[in-house]
Parts: sequence; structure tokens; C-alpha cells
Amino acid sequence: MTSPMRIRANVRDGVVDVRVLMAHEMETGQRVENGRPVPAWFINEVVATHNGKTVMTAQWGPAVSKNPYLQFRFRGGAAGEKIAIKWTDNRGESRTDEATIA
Amino acid sequence: MKRRWYGAAAAVLALAFGGGLTAQTQEETQRGIEAYRQALQQGNPAELFEAQGEELWKKPMGPRNGTLEQCDLGVGPGKVAGAYARLPRYFADTDKVQDLESRLLTCMERYWGIDVQPVIDAAYTAPAKREIIALTTYVSGESKDVVVDVRPTHPKERAAFELGKRMFFFQGGSHDFSCATCHSEDGKRIRLQDLPNITERKGSALGWGSWPAYRVSAGQMWTMQWRIQDCFRQMRFPEPIYTSEATIALSVYMAATASGETMRTPGIKR
Ligand code: HEC
Repeated sequence: MTSPMRIRANVRDGVVDVRVLMAHEMETGQRVENGRPVPAWFINEVVATHNGKTVMTAQWGPAVSKNPYLQFRFRGGAAGEKIAIKWTDNRGESRTDEATIA
Repeated sequence: MKRRWYGAAAAVLALAFGGGLTAQTQEETQRGIEAYRQALQQGNPAELFEAQGEELWKKPMGPRNGTLEQCDLGVGPGKVAGAYARLPRYFADTDKVQDLESRLLTCMERYWGIDVQPVIDAAYTAPAKREIIALTTYVSGESKDVVVDVRPTHPKERAAFELGKRMFFFQGGSHDFSCATCHSEDGKRIRLQDLPNITERKGSALGWGSWPAYRVSAGQMWTMQWRIQDCFRQMRFPEPIYTSEATIALSVYMAATASGETMRTPGIKR
């Protein structure tokens, strides 16, 4: 089961500032619990889409923190339009959430 | 007794001052810490817990399939806004002074119909504590920027305040510590952590007013009960029972001392 992301998107002078909080364990695969290694489990790709167009792609690894925070900017968005964020993890699980640009 | 106290205090001071640092490097360190803290403020994962807590507040749960929307946190049934800034307080229906966490237990028992003992007994990292931690975070967020208003007037509130104050200054354990050993002077820190002076208004607000808080280093959401429990551990005191009288009394002391200052909940810490 995945939990919703918190997404904020604000436009200023044609530049949209996007801030995203994702709920994910981000297990490195290096940790041992009760004598057994905890398998790696982390987001390895984040894609941001605006009007059907990819505006940002990130490739992540196990060094990114638990419950990661991501901030990025792109040009060309306007207030009232939607921005969608999708993450996919190394187990193949994914989640997409949307926010309206303010 | 006296000699042992000095030994322990010397150990703490050595940590707090990092031994032999020049004023300049200390200033640089402090600036670095500030920059790091500011970077953290940007995206507080506590928000994820607030969202979970809000959902849980409204969701029918337990054998009674009830919701917490009837729960009275002291400002009226179902009212959440500003409630945390007025806790702990006396509740006539339980005839007890309760902090947010003990009050939530009362409501979970009443409206969900669950046995709360397993929640009390569970480790903070155990699944049984997840719901109450999320709920606490949600309710605390609804008091963000609200002025702390905890002024003991009921005899039981006054008794809790006095007990909390005594507890705060009570010195004991293998290292002869009290809360005051680490939290009663201005400008002290251990490693990256400022140690607020909880005996006065501003300092107490820095502590009381920023918990529950997301701990970045552990990726965990800590409630005030958890914070207090961990300070008991640092004092080498026996671990207090979740929502026990002593922990609530300490919260009354801290909240009353912080009254007039502003809540900055939920917080974020290293
Ligand atoms: C041995 C020193 C020590 C003692 C004794 C101690 N604490 Fe702490 N306290 C700390 C440290 C260190 C932190 C910061 C912890 C961290 O972030 O890792 C802290 C943090 C806190 C905070 C949060 C402060 C903030 O700025 O967020 C509160 C509130 C607090 N302690 C209350 C207490 C209470 C109540 C007691 C007595 C039961 C107590 N402490 C005893 C060392 C101590």
C-alpha cells in the first residue's frame, strides 16, 4: 500500500516551483535487523508531467533519504493547470498524484 | 552525592563545548547548523503524518466502528483547531489531567471501542503506535501558530504542575541527573542539538512548542511522550510508562511555562 504525496506548485513569472513530499521507506539494502539483512527498497525513478509533456525525470538510488523531499522548477506552466508526479520503486510499485498550479 | 554530580556535569559540559574550540570556529559551526536547519524547514515529512492522522480522525474504526469526530479534546466535541495549544488540561469525564496522547487514548477506547493497553505497552516503533502518532501529528498541526494557553486553575491541574516541576528538578539515577541538569541554562548544546532552557518561557516554548517533530536522522515521527521517554533514557532513569502521570505532569510544567508563546507544530529536528 502506498500513501499519497504532498505536492505544492506555485507559478511566478512563468516559472513553476514544485515541491513534493513522498512517503517511502527508502531501504538501502545495507541495514540488518534481528540478524537478517533488510532488502533494498527504494524509489528509482520520478517523472513529472505537465499537459502530457514530461518536464522532469529523476533517477534515484538508495542514498536518498526516507520520506524524500524534492523541489524543482520548470518553465511554461500557468495557474489552474495540473502537474502530475509519478514515482516508481525497485519493486516495480508506483504511485501518481496530481496538484493544481497556484 | 555532590561529587558524583560534578563528574556528570563535567562530562556534559565537555560535550556541550566540544573542548577547546575557538570562538570563531564555534560561530562557524553555529552558522552551519542554522543553514542545515533552514534547509530542513523546506519540506517537513511530518505533513505526510498529518495527512494520515486527518484520515484516521474521520474514518470509522474498531469494534464500534465509530469515528473520533465526537472526541472532545477540551474545546468541544470534534473540535481540533487550537485544541493542542490548550493541552494538557483537566477533563471532568475522566476526572484526570490529560495530555493530547492520553486524551486520544480515551477517545479511541470510547468511540472505536478498542482495548488501548496494547497501544500503551507497544514500543514507539511498533505498528500498534502508528495510529496514535499520526493522530497526534494531525491535531498538533491544527494548533500551528496558535498561542499556548495552559494556565493551571483546577486543583488537579495545579497539583500536576507542582508534580511536574518537582519531577523536572528531581535528581537521581546512576548519573545523578535531573531534567534541569541539561535544560536549565541558556546557550547550551550537545553536538548539533540546542538544549533549550525549559525553566523560562522562551526556552520552554522552543521545546514544548515544536513537538511532535519529525526526526530526519531516524525518519521517525516523535511525539512529546516519546521525547520525554528518550530524555528519561538519557538521564539513565527507568523508562516511564506511556501517558503515565509523571510524563503528563512534566508536560503541564513545560506547557504552562511556555504559555504566551506560539506553537510551531509539527516540528522537524535533525
Ligand atoms: C543528559 C542530558 C539531558 C537530560 C538530563 C534531559 N534531556 Fe531533554 N534533551 C537532551 C538532548 C540532547 C535533547 C535533544 C535531543 C536530540 O535531538 O537528539 C533534548 C531535548 C529535549 C526536548 C526538546 C527540545 C527541543 O528543542 O526540541 C525537551 C522538551 C526535553 N528534552 C525535555 C526533557 C525533560 C522533561 C527531561 C527530564 C525528564 C529532560 N529533557 C532531560 C538532553 C537531556
